[in-house]
Amino acid sequence: MNWAKSFGYVVGLPLLLVLIWWATTMGRPNFFFPAPALLMDTFGDVWFGERIITDVMPSLGRLLTGVIAAIGIGVTTGLLIGSVKWLRALLEPTLEFFRAVPPPVLVPVLMLLMGITDSMKVVVIISGCIWPVLLNTIEGVRAVDGVLSDSSRTYGIAGWARIRYLVLPSASPQIMAGIRQCLSIGLILMVISEMFASSSGLGFTIVQFQRSFAIPEMWSGIIVLGLIGVALSFIFQWTERRVLRWYHGQKEVENAG
Amino acid sequence: MNGNIETPALGLKSREQGSRAISPRIPRRAWPLQRILGPVGILGFLLTWELIPRVGIVEARFLPPASDVIAALLRYSGLTAFWVSVGETLLAWFLGLLMAVIAAIVLGFLIGSSTFLRTATNSTVEFLRPIPSVALIPLAVLLFGVKIESSLMLIVYASFWQVFIQVLYGVADIDMVANNTAKSYGLGPMARIRYVVFPTALPYLMTGVRLAAAVALILAITAELIIGSPGLGREIALAQSGGSIAGMYALVLATGLIGVLINMLMRFIEKKTLSWHSSVRSEVIV
Repeated sequence: MNWAKSFGYVVGLPLLLVLIWWATTMGRPNFFFPAPALLMDTFGDVWFGERIITDVMPSLGRLLTGVIAAIGIGVTTGLLIGSVKWLRALLEPTLEFFRAVPPPVLVPVLMLLMGITDSMKVVVIISGCIWPVLLNTIEGVRAVDGVLSDSSRTYGIAGWARIRYLVLPSASPQIMAGIRQCLSIGLILMVISEMFASSSGLGFTIVQFQRSFAIPEMWSGIIVLGLIGVALSFIFQWTERRVLRWYHGQKEVENAG
Repeated sequence: MNGNIETPALGLKSREQGSRAISPRIPRRAWPLQRILGPVGILGFLLTWELIPRVGIVEARFLPPASDVIAALLRYSGLTAFWVSVGETLLAWFLGLLMAVIAAIVLGFLIGSSTFLRTATNSTVEFLRPIPSVALIPLAVLLFGVKIESSLMLIVYASFWQVFIQVLYGVADIDMVANNTAKSYGLGPMARIRYVVFPTALPYLMTGVRLAAAVALILAITAELIIGSPGLGREIALAQSGGSIAGMYALVLATGLIGVLINMLMRFIEKKTLSWHSSVRSEVIV
């Protein structure tokens, strides 16, 4: 009963929306908004075939490489900048400026510097994704509890052990918040770098469909992007729950108290 | 509760609150050097930028020295055309943000205050939210072509979720004791929304608006860059394809400066509207 109820809550509205969509496209076919059945057909035809290998996989590969590199670089430099006081004061305004630059404008700049290559696209993704991770890590390192920091110093915990057992865990909620922002920026940049300058990839293909007025195909591409976004956000939520399990537990105790 | 994940994103505010709560004993050391170091960092960055093409690590054809770019930016600032495109970008930014915020407030308070609606819409929201707004670029082009409406569609879609989710968290964060007290004093539903729900949700709302403002700028520039709707983004694309390299860097610099200004403006508005809240009233030790 309880299970059926929550299932109903999850499925109810989407089902209703699809029904409305289906009903409104039934009478007269609309050029811009294809009917669900046609869209499902096209989706299968377009994306289950070699396109998955020639377009989807390379795009995903660049996205993952870029995001992972951005997280790696962001967290390490963030730890460094966050723990050295004068370095932080020296770099903070410059970093704030870089964060404020809208990442898509870097596509033409990097295109000029590196040419239209795969590594250019990865660098575009890194250069946009790194800021939320970096700045949130700096904030997180800065917000380490003073009492905990003092006690670990008294126990003689220093160097790598201090980073591993004190700084990283206490900065992790903020780091995760940064990574969440970085994922959606990464996806945006992946699409844009391909729309702007490419001959393959998801973004390129979708624009190609749009220019040739292949509307159902274009929609199916939009759906692929949506599915990638949804999948990324689920993977992230799952990881976040694992990484921050102690944090949520602690919060529950605090709220109960 | 889910809202807790979001708190780190509040950034500065939650940190100040936290450190004050835990260690009010440490007086802030006045360190005048700190104020000087920031500008020194910027100068150092500009100097490095100036030297890289001058020494020849990267050809000046691809990366003009900082002085050239700043000169180009100054030249631009004397041109009406430049300010017209700045105005176009800002207009799209503002209209998009405004529409998104209004829609998010109305829907957020409506859906947030009913448990049924919140659970029923949850799966749909979680599905729609991660869809990247750039996926809508082809559709926007088909529907509106290279006009401001295309930019608006992308901006509204992207910034709506930032505010909407925050409003949902904010409405959920309401103190039941306060709510029941208001009820027992005979406050009607409208009065309770005005005096209990709204003040609780306001800090969340402002955080959402601040995040949405940054996202809206990104999407405004993106739409102009990719679709070619009028504004700074289109000028960047034109400068790049026209080979005016220093000009392109100058325009990129200008978008960054606009971004910084928007951030500062949003922080200021947040501070003003939340002046009564404990996270801003620094003299109160929570």
